[in-house]
Amino acid sequence: MQEKVLMKGNEAIAEAAILAGCRHYFGYPITPQTEVAAYMAKRMPKIGGTFLQAESEIAAINMVYGVASTGKRAMTSSSSPGISLKTEGISYLAGADLPALIVNVQRGGPGLGGIQPSQSDYFLATRGPGHGDFHVLVFAPSSVQEMADLTSLAFDLAEKYRMPAMLLADGTMGQMMEPVVLPEPTELTREKPWAVTGTKCAREHNIINSLYLSPQELERLNIERFERYKTIEATETRWESFMMDDAEICIVSCGITARVSRNAIVEARKQGIKVGMIRPITLWPFPEKPLLEAAEKVKAFVCVELNMGQMIQDVELAIKCRKPVSLCSRVGGMIPSPEEVLAAIKQANE
Amino acid sequence: MKPKRLTLFAGHYGSGKTNIALNYALYLKECGLPVVIADLDIVNPYFRMKDSEEYLRKHGIELISSPYANSNLDVPAMPKEIYGITSDRSRYGVLDIGGDDRGALALGRYVPEILEENDYEMLLVANRSRPLTRTAADTIGVMREIEEACGIRFTGIVNNTNLGPDTTAQDVKDSLPYIQELSESSGLPVRMTCVRHDLCGELEGQIENLFPLHLQELYYMLKTEVPNGEADI
Repeated sequence: MQEKVLMKGNEAIAEAAILAGCRHYFGYPITPQTEVAAYMAKRMPKIGGTFLQAESEIAAINMVYGVASTGKRAMTSSSSPGISLKTEGISYLAGADLPALIVNVQRGGPGLGGIQPSQSDYFLATRGPGHGDFHVLVFAPSSVQEMADLTSLAFDLAEKYRMPAMLLADGTMGQMMEPVVLPEPTELTREKPWAVTGTKCAREHNIINSLYLSPQELERLNIERFERYKTIEATETRWESFMMDDAEICIVSCGITARVSRNAIVEARKQGIKVGMIRPITLWPFPEKPLLEAAEKVKAFVCVELNMGQMIQDVELAIKCRKPVSLCSRVGGMIPSPEEVLAAIKQANE
Repeated sequence: MKPKRLTLFAGHYGSGKTNIALNYALYLKECGLPVVIADLDIVNPYFRMKDSEEYLRKHGIELISSPYANSNLDVPAMPKEIYGITSDRSRYGVLDIGGDDRGALALGRYVPEILEENDYEMLLVANRSRPLTRTAADTIGVMREIEEACGIRFTGIVNNTNLGPDTTAQDVKDSLPYIQELSESSGLPVRMTCVRHDLCGELEGQIENLFPLHLQELYYMLKTEVPNGEADI
C-alpha cells in the first residue's frame, strides 16, 4: 500500500492519473484547476511522459483525441468556461468511441462567471457535453481521496466501454488539502484491437472517425452505443448511503455540498430528526434505483446543490415525482452552511 | 528564537506557509510586539489569509492583502500597502510568500529594501508528507528554485511535517531524519518545528523549538467545514 500523503485535490487527480498509466496530458490553465496542469508539468518530464500546454482548450481536447486513437491513456483538465470550449472535441471522442478523461473543476457561470466553486455544469456533464446523442461517464468526488480513486476508475471504465469520462469536481474539491492514500499503479493489460497503431502490413487498417456517409450505418451505431449505455446504467452506477436505514427525509447531494450536508444530518439527528443522505458518486449513470426505493420510505427529499437546481430534476425523474423534492442551494461561489441545510431539513420535515 | 524585524515564510506549494505565518504573527503580538502581516500569495485562488481577517482584527493585527482576494477577479495583484512593510520599520512584519518559484517571484520587488535593512529571517517551510518534497534532495531543489526566483537566500528551516487532521506525534518524530538531512545539506538551522498544539505534550522535551499551532483548527474549519461521518456504503 502507498504511504499516506497530504495533497490538494487537483494534485491528487494528476498523480492518480499518472499511476493509472496516463502519460499524455494536454491542457490550458484556468482557475481553479491549474494545479492539475502545474503538477503534470513538473512530473511528466521526469517519467518520460508528455505535458503540453496547448494554445487553447480546443487544441488540447483534439490532442487528447489523437492520443486516444492510438489506445494510450490521455487526459485534459479545465474549469467550466474551458469545458464549454472542449465540448466539440468531447462529442467527436464520443462519436469515434474513444476513451479519454476530461477533468472539470467547476467554477461559477454562465459566461466567465467567477473563480469560486460551483456545481452548475451538472446539466452540461450529464446530458452529454456536446452535440449529438451521447453520454459520458460522470464521476463526482467528495473528498481528496475520491479525487484520486475516481480518476483511476474513470480511466478504467472509459477504456472498458470505449467512451469519454468526466471527473466533475467543484472548485472546493480541487483546492482543498487532505490526507490521501494514492492508488496502486495500474497494469495496462487491456487489448485494444481498434487502436491506430500501424498495421505493419499484418492486418486491415483501423479507422478512427465520427463521420458516416450512410445514414443507415449512423443510425445503427447510435443504437449500438445506447445499448452499451443500458449495460453501464445496470452495472456501473455508484452511490453512497448515509444514515438512510430509518430516514424520513432524504438529502441528495454530491461533492462539497454532500460534506456540508453530512454535518447538517449529524446535527439534525441530535435534534431527533430522522434524516439521511444518498450521495451520487456517478452522476451519469444516475443512481435512480436507490432513490426510487427511498421514495417508498421517506416523506420528502432535499437536494443540496451549488446551482439553481439541476440535479433536482434527475431526482424527480428517478422517484417519478412520488414525494416532494425541495432545493437548498447557493450560487455565485457561495457554499450553503450546515445551518442553512439544517433549516431546509426542518422545513421538509414539517 | 529572537524575532527579526521581518519574517518571511516561503516554500513548496501547500507546505503550510499561510497557517504558520498567521500563528507566528499572533505569537509576536502575544509577545507585546507591534505586528503587521502581509499576504504576498499570488497563486492561490481559495483558502487565503483573507479568510482570517476578522480573527486577526480582533487580535489587533493588521492584514495587508490583495483587494481582489476571495473575489471573482482572477488577477495576481499586490496591494500598494505592502510598500509600508519595508518603509515603516517601527513594526514587525510577517510575510506569507506564495508557493514554489512561481509564487516567490512576487517577492522579488521588495528584496532590495529587505536586503538593505538586513534585519530579516527567510524561512523555508518543509512538509515531508507532501509528495514532491518527500526527500531532502527534492526539497533543496524547490528551495533553490525559490531563491533564484526572488533573489534572496533562505536563513533557516521550519519543519511543518503534517498530514492535516490525521497528523500524529509519531509523524512529526518520523520527519526528524529528513529535517536533519535537509539542515545538513543546506547548511541552514532548523528554526522551529510546528505542531498542532494538542500534540505538543507528547513531543515536549524530545524536539527543540517546538512551535504550537493554535489557529490550525480554525483554519481547518474554514477549509472544509466538515467532520468525518460513518458511512453505511
